[in-house]
Amino acid sequence: MVDEHTPLPPVPSARAVVKKRARVSLVWIIPIVAAVVGAWVAVTRYMSEGPKITIIFSSAEGLEPGKTKIHYKGVDVGTITAIRLSEDHQRVVATAEMAPRTEDFLVEDTQLWVVRPRISGANITGLGTLISGAFIGMRIGSSQEEKREFIALDAPPVVSGDVAGRFFALKTGDLGSLDTGTPIFFRRLQVGQIASYQLSKDGRYFTIEIFVQTPYDQYVTPNTRFWQASGVDMQISAGGLKIETQSVLSILIGGVAFETPANGAVLPPAEPNTLFTLYNTRGEAYEPPPHNPQTYQLIFKESVRGLEPGAPVDLRGIRIGEVTEVRAQFDATNFEFSTPVTISVDPQRLGVKITDLRLGENLETIRRKLIDALVSRGLRAQLRTGNLLTGATFVGLDFFPDAKKAQVQWSQNPPELPTVKGQIEKTEDELSDVIKKLDQMPLKEIGDNLQKSLGDLDETLVTARGTLSNANKIVAPDSVQGQELDNALQEVSRAAQSLRVLADYLERHPDALIRGKTGDAK
Amino acid sequence: MSPAALTAMQHGLQSCGVCGLVSRPAAGQEDGRCPRCDEALRFRKPESIHRTWAFLIAAAICYVPANLLPVLTTTTAAGAESDTILQGVVLLWSPTGWPLSLIVLFASIMIPSAKILALGYLLITVQRGSAENNEQRVRLYRMVEFIGRWSMVDVFVDTFTAALVQLQPLMSVEPGPGLFFFAMVVVLTMLAVESFDPRLIWDATSSKEVLHG
Repeated sequence: MVDEHTPLPPVPSARAVVKKRARVSLVWIIPIVAAVVGAWVAVTRYMSEGPKITIIFSSAEGLEPGKTKIHYKGVDVGTITAIRLSEDHQRVVATAEMAPRTEDFLVEDTQLWVVRPRISGANITGLGTLISGAFIGMRIGSSQEEKREFIALDAPPVVSGDVAGRFFALKTGDLGSLDTGTPIFFRRLQVGQIASYQLSKDGRYFTIEIFVQTPYDQYVTPNTRFWQASGVDMQISAGGLKIETQSVLSILIGGVAFETPANGAVLPPAEPNTLFTLYNTRGEAYEPPPHNPQTYQLIFKESVRGLEPGAPVDLRGIRIGEVTEVRAQFDATNFEFSTPVTISVDPQRLGVKITDLRLGENLETIRRKLIDALVSRGLRAQLRTGNLLTGATFVGLDFFPDAKKAQVQWSQNPPELPTVKGQIEKTEDELSDVIKKLDQMPLKEIGDNLQKSLGDLDETLVTARGTLSNANKIVAPDSVQGQELDNALQEVSRAAQSLRVLADYLERHPDALIRGKTGDAK
Repeated sequence: MSPAALTAMQHGLQSCGVCGLVSRPAAGQEDGRCPRCDEALRFRKPESIHRTWAFLIAAAICYVPANLLPVLTTTTAAGAESDTILQGVVLLWSPTGWPLSLIVLFASIMIPSAKILALGYLLITVQRGSAENNEQRVRLYRMVEFIGRWSMVDVFVDTFTAALVQLQPLMSVEPGPGLFFFAMVVVLTMLAVESFDPRLIWDATSSKEVLHG
């Protein structure tokens, strides 16, 4: 035990140390956590932010910034964030924020368009947008080149990128009722659509881009024929009424049909984007294409009423070409009008084929010789009536061996073929001939003679009447002659009866002829 | 100016924060208990300025995403739509709905930012030992303390809407991430106000007066 009061030896006192409370308060964790969370949110936000694109529209109708979405196959891939007018106030520039990792969607050939309710021929699309409002449709391209500025299409592309198939091109002078989305038929089955069309720079023809779905695209071969299957193709011919259509749909909205001639060689499928000619009808499509057509000029002195460009030129009923131009020409030297008709003839359709081309001989000179020979044998052009109802006429080539001698005017451009008068013209001539002859007949004398003859006839008739009344008297029932005739007839009847009895008897007793009649033969 | 007064601390006395009893601190240690109400006694709230700063900075950080992130995602047949607070204000602004729009604007945007700025001002003045405008500063503090809870209105509205409008698949309302940050702003500013000791405002004044007097 230590006594409390025992004085301690001198002990140094402990040094007082001012304790510094230097430790950092735990409360600072809170702002650090807040900062970390905030930074994390910011980073994820930034990471989830997709690329920004600019889309140029012709109209912002139905588009709302912050609301209008960009859809790809129904998946929301972006939103329109701002809409403003372009500097020239002609277009609408929309800014869109895309979903993250959509960079590879946004390439050179990606297409964007506004989806609105749309009724075009066969299709009604975008009905959903009536409720949800318009949205932006998207078709992803296959290019590798990235792009951030797009020009929206005015109409949705007919063919979405996920349908396998191939594009082909058709060339036509007349678009008819064709439009984007018009169906393509193969054996009356819809196998594709018209994707787009474009007028050529010189305005002469349209190039139509069509899309044929797989597996039908393999039936498009280099010799496939395309024709407009719009409406009804009606033909009245010697064979009767012929109506050709594709389907009810094509009657209403038009269409394009294609077929590959069955008799041709089997060819591999055509390359994509091959250019085909679009014919107006199936018949036209099957006509062999004109090969090296020759142009000739025909000068008719008669009316060419009913003859129009496109009218057929035929040789004994076989179509060999067509009329390309009809016009009038005035000859100032003899004050005469003539109507030069230009025709285009395909000599190959005649079966004329120059095969043995000798050296030093020009194809042209051979042809000239040939035509000259034909003309000297009587080849002439003639206007003929093709259709009595419409009065349409055509040019017929035929041989008229007794026609006046004529020659091909090779000096003309195009060369002039000799013509003969048309059938109607000819008939008219003959008719007037008849009338002329009738006119020359001595009608008055004929009349006088006739009158004289009629007077004689009158007398003859009076005599004839007397004769007839005499005859009448003879056959009257109460006349003497009649009585006698009656008696005579009765006698004849009796004689016939006895003859019959005799015949019966002789049949039963043929021996009576020798032995005479026996009384008890029965 | 404020009347010159001695503080309890200058006399080595502690005042109870709950019942107001002034008592001598327990021998040898600072933190004793109030003999009347058993409340923990301290001369001043511990680390008041540090804590307030911490809460305030955290609140300020949260204030940014609270305003940038959507607080409400409305899904209708027309598509999903996310709105931030400010977009909501714009959306509500209509000839008939403008008072509502103003309420949202005040409660959700102006009050939280005003609170953060006011507390920052109080903290800076206290730290610099300013003796000016003491009464105004205390009034500011009281206002901040009173008004703080009303900012939760927006959070309540949004949670109620999200809970009530669930007409799947026609329409649904879901709270967005911004709402979480907004709630954090409200909670953190309230904590900051709570941790701030208004007596600090007067300390500078009294010490100056003691020095001069």
